[in-house]
Amino acid sequence: MKKIAVTCEAPTLNAQVDPRFGRAAGFLIVDPETMEYEYIDNGASQAMAQGAGIQAAEIVARSGAKIVLTGFVGPKAFQALSAAGIQVAHGFDNSTVRQAIERYKAGDYELAAEPNRQGHWS
Amino acid sequence: MIVAVASGKGGTGKTTVSAALVSVWEAPVIATDLDVEEPNLHLFLRPEISETIKAFLEVPVADETRCTYCAQCADLCQFKAISVLGETLVTFPEMCHGCGGCLSICPEGALSAGTRELGEISWGRADGAAFLMGRLRVGEAMSPPLMRAVKGKLNEMIAEKSADVIIDAPPGVSCPAVNAVMDADVILLVTEPTPFGLYDLKLAHKAFQPLGKPMGAVINRAGLGSTSVYDYCSESGVDIIAEIPYDPDIAKAYAGGNVITEVSDNLQTLIRNLATRVRSMAKNTAKNNVREALHD
Repeated sequence: MKKIAVTCEAPTLNAQVDPRFGRAAGFLIVDPETMEYEYIDNGASQAMAQGAGIQAAEIVARSGAKIVLTGFVGPKAFQALSAAGIQVAHGFDNSTVRQAIERYKAGDYELAAEPNRQGHWS
Repeated sequence: MIVAVASGKGGTGKTTVSAALVSVWEAPVIATDLDVEEPNLHLFLRPEISETIKAFLEVPVADETRCTYCAQCADLCQFKAISVLGETLVTFPEMCHGCGGCLSICPEGALSAGTRELGEISWGRADGAAFLMGRLRVGEAMSPPLMRAVKGKLNEMIAEKSADVIIDAPPGVSCPAVNAVMDADVILLVTEPTPFGLYDLKLAHKAFQPLGKPMGAVINRAGLGSTSVYDYCSESGVDIIAEIPYDPDIAKAYAGGNVITEVSDNLQTLIRNLATRVRSMAKNTAKNNVREALHD
């Protein structure tokens, strides 16, 4: 099964899903079958004046994940993720990473066709 | 000689002071509106615009057939305007600051120069003064690139016919404000005697101080508020070089798009004195520069 990237506020499965994609604290890259995971810190993006969403997309692309579960994705991050062939499912805020994965496995999600957050600039 | 009329706070009277100074300036002068996000000097000087051109920024255009995804461009770019995602090269032209680094570093020649429209530059004449302004394209997020283009045109105009320059600067203390004052010989800080005026005067004073240029405060709406702005100026060594009184007739003139020197002889004299003061500040700087040069 393909690896899943989930935005998270802390490096555990019981952490809250970070509602922000670009400026998420980090990503858990989870194998949904074994629930084994790897944590990637995204703290550096929080200090960026611009381009956090694009940088976050680069990090997720490098991780090998093929789908992102998160709260909100802006237009540039969405464009970057799409270019990398990564699917986006949003609306996972207000849950833990584990709950998000369970919802994913149960098919209780929709793939986003467009960003659900406006850019900061346009 | 270049005079920048700046302020931290918006709405303190930068344009009022700029237009008034232009109207009494006793030498060839180019009235320049560098508040490209919200230019309004033209509303008061009512220039006849002789030409308007578009300004552009050089941004990368990718030729995917030549790209080998080495990502040197993406590593170089500090603004995420170009990114390699798997086997896709993606550009974000609206993020680009136009440095041209990616174009020169690409070993495959896969990037060429495209353009992003920044806005318009207009010039003409307003009575005795030359007039120049920039207007940012709606949707464009960065004003310094357009401001640099306006300043390029300003240099052409000065080279053609020597003139003093009065710059109506944007408010704030971030990149646009610094870009507007960095070439000036004298910076005027227009403020008002209110807590907001004081707070932003401090910010502007501190932001521009490292530029080492003579600064003077112009207190607008004098008579309102408190003495805290006066206290700050005397404590921090900022000379108050003019006080424009709070006067409903000034507000009426402003609302009608008129220059305040038309309101009364007193105001005319006040602004003339300000112009004289600004000239002497610039002269003193020039003298100091010569002295320093001799010293070196």
